[in-house]
Amino acid sequence: MKRLISILIGLLTVCGLLGYAAHRLQASSGSTGPRVLNLYNWGDYLDPQLLTKFQRETGYHVNVETFDSNEAMYTKIKQGGTHYDLAIPSEYMVAKMKRAHLLKPLDHSRLTGLQNYDRQFLNQSFDRGNHYSLPYFWGTLGIIYNDRVIRPGTIRHWNDLWSTAYRDQIMLIDSARDIMGMALVSQGKSMNTTDPATLKAAERKLTRLAPNVKATVADEIKMYMIQNEAPLAVDWSGEAAEMLANNSHLHYVVPSEGSNLWIDNFVIPKTAQHDQAIYAFLNFMTRPENAAQNAEYVGYATPNRVAKTLLPRRVRDDQQFYPNTTTLRHLQVYRDLSPTQVQRYNDLYLEFKMHP
Amino acid sequence: MRVSKPTMTWRTIPLTKHRTWAYFLPYGLWLALFVIAPVALIIYQSFFDLGHQVTLNNYRTYFHSATYLKMTANSAWYAFLITLFTGLISYPTAYFIHQLKHRQFWLLLVILPTWINILLKAYAFIGIFSQAGLANQFLTFIGVGPQQILFTNASFIFVATYIQIPFMILPIYNALDDLNPAFINASRDLGASSWQTFRHVIFPLTLPGIKAGVQAVFIPSLSLFMLTRLIGGNKVITLGTAIEEHFLTTMNWGMGSTIGVVLIVAMIVVMLLTGDQKVKGGTPR
Repeated sequence: MKRLISILIGLLTVCGLLGYAAHRLQASSGSTGPRVLNLYNWGDYLDPQLLTKFQRETGYHVNVETFDSNEAMYTKIKQGGTHYDLAIPSEYMVAKMKRAHLLKPLDHSRLTGLQNYDRQFLNQSFDRGNHYSLPYFWGTLGIIYNDRVIRPGTIRHWNDLWSTAYRDQIMLIDSARDIMGMALVSQGKSMNTTDPATLKAAERKLTRLAPNVKATVADEIKMYMIQNEAPLAVDWSGEAAEMLANNSHLHYVVPSEGSNLWIDNFVIPKTAQHDQAIYAFLNFMTRPENAAQNAEYVGYATPNRVAKTLLPRRVRDDQQFYPNTTTLRHLQVYRDLSPTQVQRYNDLYLEFKMHP
Repeated sequence: MRVSKPTMTWRTIPLTKHRTWAYFLPYGLWLALFVIAPVALIIYQSFFDLGHQVTLNNYRTYFHSATYLKMTANSAWYAFLITLFTGLISYPTAYFIHQLKHRQFWLLLVILPTWINILLKAYAFIGIFSQAGLANQFLTFIGVGPQQILFTNASFIFVATYIQIPFMILPIYNALDDLNPAFINASRDLGASSWQTFRHVIFPLTLPGIKAGVQAVFIPSLSLFMLTRLIGGNKVITLGTAIEEHFLTTMNWGMGSTIGVVLIVAMIVVMLLTGDQKVKGGTPR
C-alpha cells in the first residue's frame, strides 16, 4: 500500500510538472495576447520561413494549429471555444461555413494584394465577389503513372484506366466525391450532378473498374507510389507534386476532358479576435515574392498571377501542375451539395468499395 | 475461499455503509459519464435523420439495404476469422508460457507490443509486406519471387491477429494461473493420460479465460477501420469503415450512430453467448 501511494505521488508529481511546463510553453508562445495571429491550417501547408519573416517584419507571432480534413475543421470551429483568426477551407466548405454563419466578411478596402490574383480564381460560385474568402492555392485531380511500367502517352483520359491491361494496378484516393466525380466526367457528365440515374450509372461504371483497383487508400498513396508499389494512382495535384519530387519515374496527368478544380481559401471565422494581424498577414501572403516562395515550398499551384511569373520557368511551364487553357476550361469546381445529396454520393461510393 | 466471499461482504456492509458509498462514488461517476452517457447519446442520435427530424428511418435503411447487411456479414465473418486464429495461436502460447521458468518475463514480452501505437505497427507491416519489403525479399531469396501481399485479405487477417494476440493470451494465462495444480495432480493420480487431463480438466477449467479473450478480441475486430484501409486497402469493408465515413465525411451522425447501436447489440449478444456460466454453476467456484 505504501509503495502504491509513493508510486501515485510520483506519477502526480510528474504530471504536475509536465502540466506546468506545457502551461509555461503556451504562455511564452502566447495564444491570446494582442500581438498574435491564430492560424488554423492543413498540415505542412505553409513555408515556416515565411512565418519567421512575417514575425520579423510585423512583430505578430503566428500560432499554427493544423487539421486534416475540411469536416474536422468545420466541426471544431462550429463547436466554438476556439479563437482562430484565419482558417483555410476548400471551396465547398467555404460555402457551407458561409451558410452556417461561421464567417466574417472580408474588408476589401484593407486588402492590398487583390490585383495580383488571376481573375480565373476569383468570383467563383462558392463565394461570388469573394466577400468571405481569398484563394490560397489551387489544384486538380489527376492520374499519376510510373514510366517504368506505363509508357508515357498511353494515359491521357480517365477512360484509359478502365483498360484490362491494368488489372490490380491502380490506387484510388479514398474520397467519395473525387472518385464518383472521376466516373461522372469519364461519362461526360457534370461532377456536381444530383440526378439519381446519372449517379447510379457512374457507380455501375466504377464497379467495372473494381478489378483494376489495387487499393483505396488516403495519404499513404504518396508513400506507395514513391516506393513503386503500384504503377497508377488517382490523387490530387499537390500530393502528386510531392510524389514526383521523390521519384523521377512518376508523372502526373490531368485528363483534358475535365477534372476537378479545387481551391483552398483564407477565411476569417466569426471567433477571430486580431483584426490588425489578420489583414497584415493576408497582405503579406499575397505579396508576389512571398506567395511564390510559399508555392515553391508547398508544391501546389498559386492563384497569384504575379507570383506565378516569379516562379522558376520549369515550375510555371509545367503542364502537369499549371495545365493549358483548354484543360483549364474543362475543369469543374465542386458545388456544395445538400447533406442528402452528399449522402447519395457516399452510399454509392460505399457500394462500389464493397464490390469485390 | 471464493464461496465465503459474498457472506463476508454482506456482513461488513452495515458497518461501513458510508465508506462503501464513498468508494463507489468515483466508479459511479465514471460509469455515468463515460459509459452510460455516451451509449445513451449514441442511441439518442440514431433516431435523427439528416434534417434533425426524429425518425426510425436509419434502422429501416440499415435493415433493408443490401450494402449494410452484406457489410455486417462481412464484418462478422472477418471478426470470427481473426478471433479464431488469435485463439489458435494464443492458447498454446499461454499454456507454454505458463510452463516456463521466468513466466513474468515472457508475459512482459507478450504485452510489450501493446505499448506501441497501433498505427506505428500498421506502418511497420506496410514496410514488411510491400513490393520491396522484407517478406518479398525473403520470397525472392527462396526462389518464389515477389508476391502481392499487401491489400490481400490474408495480410489483413494476419496483422489484425497479430495485434489482438496479447488480448487473448492474457485472460487465458490468468485462467491457467488460477487453475489449482491439485486438480491436475489428482487427474494424473487417477490414471488420466496427459491428453485426457487436458481435455477433461485443464481445458474446461480455463474456458472462462478463453471466453474473456473472445470478448476482448471479437468486438474490437468487428469495427476495425484503420487496418482495413492501411493493410487491407479498403478491399475489406467493415462496419467501422462505414461509421468513420458517416461521422467524418457525410456528417450523417444518425446513420453512424445506428451502426454503432447495432455494434453494441452485437456486443451484448456475444457477451451473452460467451459469459453467463456462473449462473449455471458449471465451474467449481
